[in-house]
Amino acid sequence: MDTKKLSYPYLVWITLTILVPMLLIFLYSIIEPGPEPLTFQFSLAHYLRALDGLHLQVLWGSFVIALASTAACLLIGYPAAWFISRLRARSQSQVILLLMMPMWINMLLRSYAWMTILSRNGILNSVLAFFGLPEQNLLYTDFAVILGMVYNFLPFMILPIYTAILKVDANLVDAARDLGASPGETFLKVIFPLSIPGIITGITMVFLPSMSSFVIPQLLGGGQFLMIGNLIERQYLLTGNWHFGSALAMLLMAFILLSVWLMKRFDPKSMDSGEGVIPW
Amino acid sequence: MVKKLYLGLLFFFLYAPIIVLMVFSFNESRSGTVWTGFSLTWYEELFRDRRMQDAFRYTLLVAVISTAVSTFIGTFTAIGIQKLRPKWQAFALNVNYFPVINPEIVTAISLMMLYRSLRLDFGFATMLMSHIMFSIPYVILAVLPRLYALDKNLAEAAQDLGATPWQAIVKVIIPQIRPSIFTGALMAFTMSLDDFVISFFNSGGGVTNLSIEIYAMARRGIRPTVNALATLMVAVIFTVVLIANRISIRKAKS
Repeated sequence: MDTKKLSYPYLVWITLTILVPMLLIFLYSIIEPGPEPLTFQFSLAHYLRALDGLHLQVLWGSFVIALASTAACLLIGYPAAWFISRLRARSQSQVILLLMMPMWINMLLRSYAWMTILSRNGILNSVLAFFGLPEQNLLYTDFAVILGMVYNFLPFMILPIYTAILKVDANLVDAARDLGASPGETFLKVIFPLSIPGIITGITMVFLPSMSSFVIPQLLGGGQFLMIGNLIERQYLLTGNWHFGSALAMLLMAFILLSVWLMKRFDPKSMDSGEGVIPW
Repeated sequence: MVKKLYLGLLFFFLYAPIIVLMVFSFNESRSGTVWTGFSLTWYEELFRDRRMQDAFRYTLLVAVISTAVSTFIGTFTAIGIQKLRPKWQAFALNVNYFPVINPEIVTAISLMMLYRSLRLDFGFATMLMSHIMFSIPYVILAVLPRLYALDKNLAEAAQDLGATPWQAIVKVIIPQIRPSIFTGALMAFTMSLDDFVISFFNSGGGVTNLSIEIYAMARRGIRPTVNALATLMVAVIFTVVLIANRISIRKAKS
């Protein structure tokens, strides 16, 4: 028996379950039903439709939400990673465990938790009322969606940055200090530049799942707020327009490949450093 | 000082919502804000809910079967892939990577289109197949690095000493890669338990899992039974993670 034959069934299997469906998506996105039943003709109408006013707004909106979530994660996450790296070695591993624990909880439950807090009768409003502040309607807004993204994906930003900071050679820091750099200068000129690969990994790991998330905008954004994931879901489960859905999926994939490519160009090592599998 | 305060706030942000969720699962009234007294009403309601029980059973069943199947297929496939010619190896690994980097929703619709094209009925079988399908790549990714690191001479020595290729795999290779097989299986299991999007698109006929039930209930608004379910799930997860952590710490020490 030749050992490599063990992989043949799987090669057939991935061709059928991965490649063929991908081709199906591509095919559906560029055809439309012809004049006769069961005939099809080439068409770019679905892509054009995805780029018309209303749908373009959804695509742009998804991008902006994902960008805002990523920025917020970076702003909150970088100092967190920095402070964790300054703790004693023993507390560090405990704090990292504490950081990773919520990631094991189902994303639906983590988003649901914020529903109970942000809703009109939720905790937040009773706290505000206690201090005599006006009631806020935060649930089912962009803010709630971004908050949900930050809550769900923040650890993905902190962990790679923390790892990158840890990897910074202590000798370099000492050398900078010996040569007269202040702690601030050491940070800006030595530690921060060396932690950039971690930042890039973090950005990728937050931005990509935010962009394509479908659960968080559905639960925290409510019915009226749509991101591209929700738009795709609608085409498949509601209107049954596979052609348009496929075109949207193609656009999403193209966008994601483009982002990964850009990140790779920006820092070729960031994706291969094994700092984690992309989280979705 | 700033350090402690900042990290304190961070963990307050991360844990407060979960704690609030858990506390109000024991609340007597429906309210998610006003504490009216301790009660187990919502747990009783949860345990009386037939749909929930079914969803729970399906979740576990799918997770166990898909983990077993995908670990088996993934391990042997990885052993085979590693022997392929570089060109085919690259093909296998690149396609294998697709479900890992593709957004879940794209994987979900691609499978849905496949099943529909094959005129399959949506239900337990399609859900199980989908889980097997998205788990295998992770098992392969967990096992392969370990395989590459193995000493090739050992398996060859076994064969020189008269072992069949099959015996060489089962008695020499597999024992050496056991920890990575276990890692792969664990990933497959947790991903299956946790999956929502792919199951949501690829189940039907009354077959659901816990995630789908939670989604359906959460969409209709806040329900204390969801809080009760969440509390149980969080308790189980945290216990398992803490025990696993203890074990790995003890192992590292010894």
